[in-house]
Amino acid sequence: MQDYAIDQNESQSSSETHQVSLNCFPKLEVENVSKVYAGKGKQLLTVLQDINIKIFPREFICLVGTSGCGKSTLLNIIAGLLPPSTGEVLVDGQSVTGRPGSDRGMVFQGYTLYPWLTVAQNVAFGLQFQGMSKADQKDQVNYFLNVVGLENFANNYPKQLSGGMKQRVAIARALANEPAVLLMDEPFGALDAQTKEQMQEFLLELWEKTHVTVLMITHDVEEAIYLAQRIYVLGLGQVKGEIPIRLPQHRELDIKLSPEFVDIKRQVINMMRQRH
Amino acid sequence: MFESIPNPPPELIKRQYSYLPNSTFWSIRQGFPRQISIVLIIMSLVLPLTVWTIVSTTELVPATFLPTPLAVLSTGITMFAENNLWADVFASCARVLAGFVLAAVIGVPVGLAIGTFHSMDSLLSPLVGTVRYMPTTGFVPLIIIWVGLDEPSKILIISLGVVLYNIIMVADAVKFIPNEMINVAYTMGASRWDVLGKVIIPATFPSVLDTLRVNISGAWNFVVIAEVLAAQNGLGFKIIQSQRLFRTDRVLFCIMLIGVIGLFLDYALKWLSKKLTPWADQVRH
Ligand SMILES: Nc1ncnc2c1ncn2[C@@H]1O[C@H](COP(=O)(O)OP(=O)(O)O)[C@@H](O)[C@H]1O
Ligand SMILES: [Mg+2]
Repeated sequence: MQDYAIDQNESQSSSETHQVSLNCFPKLEVENVSKVYAGKGKQLLTVLQDINIKIFPREFICLVGTSGCGKSTLLNIIAGLLPPSTGEVLVDGQSVTGRPGSDRGMVFQGYTLYPWLTVAQNVAFGLQFQGMSKADQKDQVNYFLNVVGLENFANNYPKQLSGGMKQRVAIARALANEPAVLLMDEPFGALDAQTKEQMQEFLLELWEKTHVTVLMITHDVEEAIYLAQRIYVLGLGQVKGEIPIRLPQHRELDIKLSPEFVDIKRQVINMMRQRH
Repeated sequence: MFESIPNPPPELIKRQYSYLPNSTFWSIRQGFPRQISIVLIIMSLVLPLTVWTIVSTTELVPATFLPTPLAVLSTGITMFAENNLWADVFASCARVLAGFVLAAVIGVPVGLAIGTFHSMDSLLSPLVGTVRYMPTTGFVPLIIIWVGLDEPSKILIISLGVVLYNIIMVADAVKFIPNEMINVAYTMGASRWDVLGKVIIPATFPSVLDTLRVNISGAWNFVVIAEVLAAQNGLGFKIIQSQRLFRTDRVLFCIMLIGVIGLFLDYALKWLSKKLTPWADQVRH
């Protein structure tokens, strides 16, 4: 199986000890992040309160919470697109608070493919800022279009693709840039139920293949459990708790019907309903 | 389990619902028969022409005020054949082109800057907003005093009339770009200049073409104003000259000729923008 480009670089350039240390230190840390908006009049609206999150290399983490609980706000802060009121965001121990960059790739719910670029040009979009040669760009684009199974659509425009295909292009575009962490804000939220499950299956396969570190937010509890190794439950702007998902690494869609899965689901839903 | 559902209470049975009545002619986004559409299009051209023909041939209005369509047409042919109307058409087109290009070269970048940067918005919008409400025709005497009566003043009048609309419409187009489209570029390592050059400019390109297409009609308005004031040729000059000679047939022909040129330009620009932006999926009318 073809390995992820980052992994190749790391294993080539680093000794065993470096590998070990990579697994001990968090890839991404969110430290005491709060966000307060000025509401109507002199009222203050606290959207996030003292959030602490750690994500280790090669983990797939989901953040679940009901809509309006501040998930997108948190992810935008992590991506550096929104400054927090207090707190820090660290990637590999370095503060990147309020500074977006190619270390944190982002997939939004929709509207973000550039309609004037073909699929291949969209995937290559970030590569031009790295000063990559045209030939290398082409190889990288082809590789990641293969990974998401869209090699036959390289020269199509986004308007010619279905919703699920568009999101696969958006994922390929983020991955081609080889980010340290892949951030996803309800990437399948706009898709129909069947396509959504296909995309979940696809994403899990992709993660098994590439072992990219992922932080995904969703309001869909089943989606979170099916995909993640660890779940953070967000509610009323706080982290209510953290639930490790003790399911086999390789998961089929059928696992959603298993008793273990349903147990975890009950646990998550109970935690979401708790009031502090 | 379901046996015990009671009968609905009588007030529920009497409940009146409202339904949409059928209508073809007044249908709103429900599809429209092509035949009716064609009939209406033909009517929109034939009806005014018929009224004009009837009113003028029956001399309801004296022929000196309103000549017949045929008279206007034959006058036009004579003007082309004997009065060298081509030179006037060429002169006016050249002025419109020069003024329009100047208005685009200034208006599009300024509009992009206002739409993109908060700082430029705060700096320039109040000025643009105020000047927009000052009539361009009011500036004409000043322009003549400052620049004189030659070609530059005519081009300046046309540009001034169009440039503010270019600025405002382009700035608006930038503000319609979804935030995510810009943010995702930052997460791929793009700088602010990259975002301007590789996201904002291509994203607004179709709207910029549309803006220019709509505003070229403004340029034709102002070329007539400029030529009425001081010119030795041009369609506007021909109109004012014909008015002095009481030749309503010539006036009418020149006005209609401008209309035809405008319509032709409109279609040409629509075609061009379709060719240049095959990826855009908005329907252009
Ligand atoms: N710019 C803003 N000003 C004030 N309140 C905001 C702003 N942006 C988001 N909010 C509020 O923050 C809360 C969380 O929003 P969001 O992060 O989008 O939630 P989620 O993604 O979980 O649905 C919402 O109640 C929303 O009204
Ligand atoms: Mg959200």
